[in-house]
Amino acid sequence: MLSIRKGMKKVDTIIAALPILLKGLQVTLYIFVIAIILGFVIGLLVAMLRLAPIKILNWIAKMYVDAIRGTPFIVQLFFIYFGINSLHIVSLNNTTAGIITVAINAGAYFAEIIRAGIQSIDKGQTEAARSIGFTGAQTMRYVVLPQAFRRMLPTITNQSIISLKDTSLLSVIGIADLTQQGQIQASATFEAFKVWLAVGIIYFIIIYLLTLLANFVEKRIELR
Amino acid sequence: MSIISVKNLRKSFGNIEVLKEINAEVQEKEVICVIGPSGSGKSTFLRCLNRLEEISGGEVVINGHNITDPKININKVRQEVGMVFQQFNLFPHKTVLENITLGPIKIFTIDKAEAEKTALELLVKVGLKEKANSYPGELSGGQKQRVAIARALAMNPKIMLFDEPTSALDPEMVGDVLEVMKQLAKEGMTMVVVTHEMGFAREVGDRVIFLDGGYIVEENEPNQLFGNPQNERTKAFLSKVL
Repeated sequence: MLSIRKGMKKVDTIIAALPILLKGLQVTLYIFVIAIILGFVIGLLVAMLRLAPIKILNWIAKMYVDAIRGTPFIVQLFFIYFGINSLHIVSLNNTTAGIITVAINAGAYFAEIIRAGIQSIDKGQTEAARSIGFTGAQTMRYVVLPQAFRRMLPTITNQSIISLKDTSLLSVIGIADLTQQGQIQASATFEAFKVWLAVGIIYFIIIYLLTLLANFVEKRIELR
Repeated sequence: MSIISVKNLRKSFGNIEVLKEINAEVQEKEVICVIGPSGSGKSTFLRCLNRLEEISGGEVVINGHNITDPKININKVRQEVGMVFQQFNLFPHKTVLENITLGPIKIFTIDKAEAEKTALELLVKVGLKEKANSYPGELSGGQKQRVAIARALAMNPKIMLFDEPTSALDPEMVGDVLEVMKQLAKEGMTMVVVTHEMGFAREVGDRVIFLDGGYIVEENEPNQLFGNPQNERTKAFLSKVL
């Protein structure tokens, strides 16, 4: 009897903590959505630089991708938040620094995904579009990218999920995201097991929903 | 004045010179068939005419535009030159109708309804009106190639280039495509056709160019070239293919 009541009490602490965790989730999603859109735009631009017929641009793009791929996320985060701020040229708050880090990190991976996707499209497609009179940019926009995007979608989903999980590292610079709120709740309630389980389940549900959305989009595209 | 004028055209890929001093003139409404063994530079020659291949030397003037001039807007010139490829190269993510209207809508910025009306007329012409809403993946090779011809015609070109348009087709599909091309020739389209269809070259061509080793070896009316070839290499080639 006593142990059941004790159990109830433990569930109560999770329920009490839930609104705070969900508030953290809001921050996580806010940062994720902005960063992933920015990251995609960066990826697209860098992929274009990578494929441009100008050596120096290819080189710059490759440097960027290599630099991001060759360093840990947390180092990138500290570099942007502590490193850049220490120069006193700009002053980035932690949310901005967090968004920028996730965006430029995802951007490098997206760039490689997009580049590979574009290169997988048959050269004949470009030739046909150019022979009609399309410019290089129009050919990309109307012919190559729509086809490449279909092929890239599973890999883009994958990278987005990785980026979403990377946002949990932003808690170390004091951003009140889901992980940070979990930490606070765990130490306040002494219910580390339950709190972290709850945090894990929330991440899992969000990522699962993201996967469902990606599958839905993929199916829609396949139908055509 | 000729609508296509090629002077001393040269094209190299790295150290390999594929075209060596090609000279050719095409008059308006003429149908020129280009024949020759594989690797002779036929396709490269054709692709130089709309600069899908960068030209290494010489001069190519298309409908008054010198496309070897680096300052020329090649996209504008290409609008006047339709091209049909061996592998069709239809846009697989777009319907037949969208394939045909994409250029007119995005380049000429005419409205969609009008572009579709023209596209449907072209589909009637190539005998595929009922396929307007199909995707390329649902078509046979011959149908794809006829859509590709309609797509090129939608830009209302002055010249049509055909790069072995029937080489990737099953034999029973070849006839339909050649029929559309014959019709086009009859309507007075200027055409340059790289082909292995000697029957077509003989029947429809006003002139036949025999290309070998990067040179124009012989050039004549089809009856002369096929019936009474002058050059030994032409004779050798024709004896193998006829």
